[in-house]
Amino acid sequence: MEQKWTTIVKTENKFFDMDIKGLKNCKDLIFLFVRRTFVAKYKQTVLGPAWAIIQPFFTTVVYSVFFGNIAGLGASGVPNFIFYLSGTIVWTLFSSCLTETSHTFTGNSAILGKVYFPRLVMPISTAISQFIGFFIQFAFMLCFLVYYMITDAGVSPNLYILMTPVLLIQLAVLGMGFGMIISSLTTKYRDLAMVVSFGVSLWSYCSPVAYDMFSRSQLAPGTLLYKIYMLNPVTPSINIFRYAFLGTGEIDWMFYTISCVTTVAVALLGAVMFSKSEKTFMDTV
Amino acid sequence: MEELAIKVENVSKEYRLGAIGGATLKGEIQSGLAKLLHKEDPNLKIGEKAHGKNERFLALDDLSFDIKKGETVGILGHNGAGKSTILKLICRVTAPTKGNIYLNGRITSMLEVGTGFHPELTGRENVYLNGAILGMSKAEIDKKFDEIVEFSEVGQFIDTPVKRYSSGMKVKLAFSVASHLDSEILIMDEVLAVGDINFQNKCINRMNKVAEKDGRTVVYVSHNMATVKSLCQRCIVLGHGKKIFEGSTEEAIAVYMQNDEMDNAVFFDTSKAKRHPKCNKRHLLQNLHLYETETNKFSYGDVVPFRIEWNSENDDERLLMKMVINGIDTTPVGVIFGGELEHKKGVNTAEYKLDTSYLVPGKYTVDVILYDQDQAGSVMFYDRATALRFDVEHGDKSENLKHWFKDWGNAVLPCIERI
Repeated sequence: MEQKWTTIVKTENKFFDMDIKGLKNCKDLIFLFVRRTFVAKYKQTVLGPAWAIIQPFFTTVVYSVFFGNIAGLGASGVPNFIFYLSGTIVWTLFSSCLTETSHTFTGNSAILGKVYFPRLVMPISTAISQFIGFFIQFAFMLCFLVYYMITDAGVSPNLYILMTPVLLIQLAVLGMGFGMIISSLTTKYRDLAMVVSFGVSLWSYCSPVAYDMFSRSQLAPGTLLYKIYMLNPVTPSINIFRYAFLGTGEIDWMFYTISCVTTVAVALLGAVMFSKSEKTFMDTV
Repeated sequence: MEELAIKVENVSKEYRLGAIGGATLKGEIQSGLAKLLHKEDPNLKIGEKAHGKNERFLALDDLSFDIKKGETVGILGHNGAGKSTILKLICRVTAPTKGNIYLNGRITSMLEVGTGFHPELTGRENVYLNGAILGMSKAEIDKKFDEIVEFSEVGQFIDTPVKRYSSGMKVKLAFSVASHLDSEILIMDEVLAVGDINFQNKCINRMNKVAEKDGRTVVYVSHNMATVKSLCQRCIVLGHGKKIFEGSTEEAIAVYMQNDEMDNAVFFDTSKAKRHPKCNKRHLLQNLHLYETETNKFSYGDVVPFRIEWNSENDDERLLMKMVINGIDTTPVGVIFGGELEHKKGVNTAEYKLDTSYLVPGKYTVDVILYDQDQAGSVMFYDRATALRFDVEHGDKSENLKHWFKDWGNAVLPCIERI
């Protein structure tokens, strides 16, 4: 009788060996992890999921007052508040995907050290759970959008709104890709964990979150600085998002294509590094 | 050929001792660059060689074994023998350095209690989460939910956050989830240690049922020989990452228990052995010598002379001696009283003879106890030490015990006489 094997555990030295097949059976697990993250986050808080709104709300207020009014970096043509709010929530989606997935190995070593399930479940479910917070914030933003439309404050949503899912998924995948790279490296070098938190906040200043790039003459399209600036893969996506909902700014398709290519490259690199380290990270973490 | 569930083939697992890598990115880049440029590594300490930088440690060394489908197999070994490492490899938590492991069927592991329990979630939520982590779909858990809760005995608290559970309750719930899964292979590492005795028995019954009725394979690791005995059909004993024995549970336990230098000795030095803190050591056992034999293996019915030597700090205290005989799994067989010992200050000796016809053929250890007891029954312990290890083997006189069954116990009481 021929012996049948369902699984073969091999040595660690393979280039890319990911349990994609097993991932398909993990829909329930992903769902439960998402639920766990969400429920656990707001347990024993009085305000609960309202916290998801409070954070971007106050960030937006501070941005509007200091950057928009005092420093004069605000948007032209649309109210500062909705301009900053839209930028903040999109940026938060990206940055939280990045920071949360970057803790995948170090933060979950207790579970991961004891049972096997396709490791990719962790970053995927973390990324998905970021969307829950985002949708709450997004609904909050839509309320203001409707208010500004009624008061005729210069906002003009257009058909590019249909691009939204693509933009959001692209940003989440980009954040996840960077997060996986960092989390693979932090299994050995904890240095990177230190870099993540301030690195992300520095990155936000290199992206059009706290100011309107199109009202800055230094960043006018065609200049060298503009070209360098637009290489930041987050920038074109934020620009399209704002253009779609507020009708402000411009869309530069060439740089958006570059951004998408970057995203795919980062995600692939992240997956390869993740699959390399998922086998033995328990020995070093 | 019977169908196999697990096949471990020439598996080695290597760990590096000491700090891993350069510990910082900078150090690692420096070392890496130096290697590329064929220069000396700036992070090496003087006298170190490039490849001997970290000493390597083989947790598993070319280990191979097979486990058949539907078997319950125990893995025994002292701390550091590689038990947990092989379980981790089988569970795919980490990958082997060399060799392959072949698995047939889904695996459920309970390497430690409450794997993946989230303290903030309720018992109910955790059952689903834990089940899913262990590879069950939501529909499967739905079907088994009531059964799981009933088995766990925590039904009343199922909607309370797990952080308010006692450790026993967590174990019970975790065990229930894992043992109700439909996976083909179940891996358990010391899980039963926390539950109370009733629950332990319940678990063992459950495991036996799971193995016998459903034909599932169970791999069990524990230092608790009583549970190993009642659960496992077969055992593998590991020592320093290698397999040193594979066979019946009784033999394996014996190999495991005597896996040290006391094997086949006739002189047992106890002067440096660890003592119970209750002992006041005023009279301290130095050694025990089987002075008439060359081996500690006796035939049933042999009467074995031995000499004990002890050190007394005074000569005016009353000194009594008794011996507790233990079976190989440390369950006591019985006590023998040695009466009062005359002694002077300094080294003393006394000779006794031990009748093995009271002991069923098997392996035994003996604790010698020096003590005094007053009229009221309160006991003064001078010393207690495991001083002897011996085997009783079948002989001419063990006819009645040829078909000994473990339910009989290990002591042979004197025959009863007809009146």
